[in-house]
Amino acid sequence: MSDQTVDTAVNLGLEAAVEPVPGGAVLQRRPWLGILRNALRLGRTKIGVAIVALIIVIAVFGPLAAPHSPTEFVAVPNSGPSGDAIFGADALGRDVFSRFLHGGLSVLWMAAAATLIGVGVGVGVGLVAAYSRNWLDDVLMRTSDVVLAFPQIILALLAVSAIGPKLWLIVLVVGVSHMPRVARVMRGAAQEVVERDFVKAAEAVGEKRSRIVFGELLPNVTSPLLVELGLRMTYSIGLVAAVSFLGFGLQPPAADWGLMIYENRLSITVQTWSVLLPVLAIGLLTVGTNLITDGIARAAIGIDRTSAR
Amino acid sequence: MSKLVWRRLALGVLTLWLISLVVFAAVLALPGDAATAILGREATPDRVAALRDQLHLNDSVVTQYLKWVGGVVSGSFGTSAATQQPVSELLSERVGNSAFLVLIASLVAIPLSIALGVWMAMRRDRAVDHVSSTVTLVLAALPEFVIGIGLVLLFATSVFHWFPAVSLLAPGQKAWEAPKVAVLPAATLVLAVTPYISRIMRGSMVEVLESEYVTMARLKGLSERTVIWRHAVPNAIVPAIQVAALQLAWMAGGVVVVEFVFSYPGIGAALVDAVGNRDMPVVQTVTMLAAGVYVAMNLVADLATILVTPKLRTAAR
Repeated sequence: MSDQTVDTAVNLGLEAAVEPVPGGAVLQRRPWLGILRNALRLGRTKIGVAIVALIIVIAVFGPLAAPHSPTEFVAVPNSGPSGDAIFGADALGRDVFSRFLHGGLSVLWMAAAATLIGVGVGVGVGLVAAYSRNWLDDVLMRTSDVVLAFPQIILALLAVSAIGPKLWLIVLVVGVSHMPRVARVMRGAAQEVVERDFVKAAEAVGEKRSRIVFGELLPNVTSPLLVELGLRMTYSIGLVAAVSFLGFGLQPPAADWGLMIYENRLSITVQTWSVLLPVLAIGLLTVGTNLITDGIARAAIGIDRTSAR
Repeated sequence: MSKLVWRRLALGVLTLWLISLVVFAAVLALPGDAATAILGREATPDRVAALRDQLHLNDSVVTQYLKWVGGVVSGSFGTSAATQQPVSELLSERVGNSAFLVLIASLVAIPLSIALGVWMAMRRDRAVDHVSSTVTLVLAALPEFVIGIGLVLLFATSVFHWFPAVSLLAPGQKAWEAPKVAVLPAATLVLAVTPYISRIMRGSMVEVLESEYVTMARLKGLSERTVIWRHAVPNAIVPAIQVAALQLAWMAGGVVVVEFVFSYPGIGAALVDAVGNRDMPVVQTVTMLAAGVYVAMNLVADLATILVTPKLRTAAR
């Protein structure tokens, strides 16, 4: 990790709040709340939250504010901004602004669902692998290696080519492709915790294994968990939008930011807005989530996840 | 060769074999079977039967797998379902174009990001360090198609008109015969991987610059240039090499979207077409190629680490 990270954190006096309590089980009842509170004191986190909030407002309330239906023919195809259509019309003569306002929700929910699947399963696999320390660890990690050997976008395309452009499939595959990446990080973080006395104590009093993994290990790896959530959300947005942009996500005539870019990319020279608006929105959203993630990583000292995808 | 190296190689081969199972299984997941998926529901039974025969769909699954994997190993990847051309013929020129793109991108990105990392580390906590830290954080977040379209708007269509927005090549023309078409796609890849390598280089360099042997070298009166490039950089570069190899591996998937943005005639754009046509032989071949590159680059990352880490180097003998 970079020293600057330590400096920032130390300057803010964070180390006491974030360090897991040695020896005892979790004294702090909600360690993740503390990390988030500390992260929110950093300027970059605030900017990130503001950006993400703006995009969520556009995506959620946009459809209510849209002046036209997303499928209605309003003007000459690829015509420029006019009084009726402030950002002009797209390649099929539909209102660019209305389609933009309608098109954000799909990216958001798909990326969020894929992130929850990937991080949820990844955390489970990583913690179980770290705790088992036997053949199960090997099997889980070797299986992860196979999934890891596919570039994420290619795994998504392979699934789409076999089963078809189904939204649930894209969510599932993006989630699955995150799984080994999350599992590796969580396993690494949990390996130290497994050696601590309170785990041995829990074993000695005969706690159930599932209790130990999720009751004792999990609360002690909240910092990497939060960072993974943010990081995977950023990549999920990029992947889900990329699949749509390649034409394999939502299908016409749906309004979706990725699909908008796909439909209008060839007329980019005559109608820039129909591509620029969704590109800006997706770009801003990923930058926002990454700023939040960086803020969390800095607040939770000891993690710098800027070097691995 | 040492035991450690052999172990890594064996693990790589094992992984490739498991990947081949997954890639092969994708065909089995086709609704109906591959023949009807290609021809559509209205196809005559005769044509379906002929195609089934051509695709060996009447054999058992195990025989089908062995035939396919045997073909992959010997370099024959079957026949494209969409064009009836041999897949190897279809992809041979495109493989060269994609390799050219990745090569150019890595030749620019790796030295650039190492230098950038060193430069940032030497100006640690000054304004330029904070600015470049923010810029790399933003770039690292952006999906590659956002970067690519940004470059198109900036350098091809809306602001400047320096490069073509679409990488058109004459039939039979190779990308390196018209290098201008590769500039923006390569620049997109460079911008996508540079933040990752330069950030890890910066972090590692900051750590090394605080070490005792760098202080020692300075106290000995060596010039700052010697201290940095002879003593600090060779030690700081190990994690950067690893990350660079992983970023090269990432490019195996990254080229797909980037080639599509620019309609660049490489295997990535071919994959997108093939997915649209459900041309499974092409999809399988490109997927195997990308996974192969990915596994190979991971191996390179491991071997490079062994080579440059004295402790592991001795252990490896």
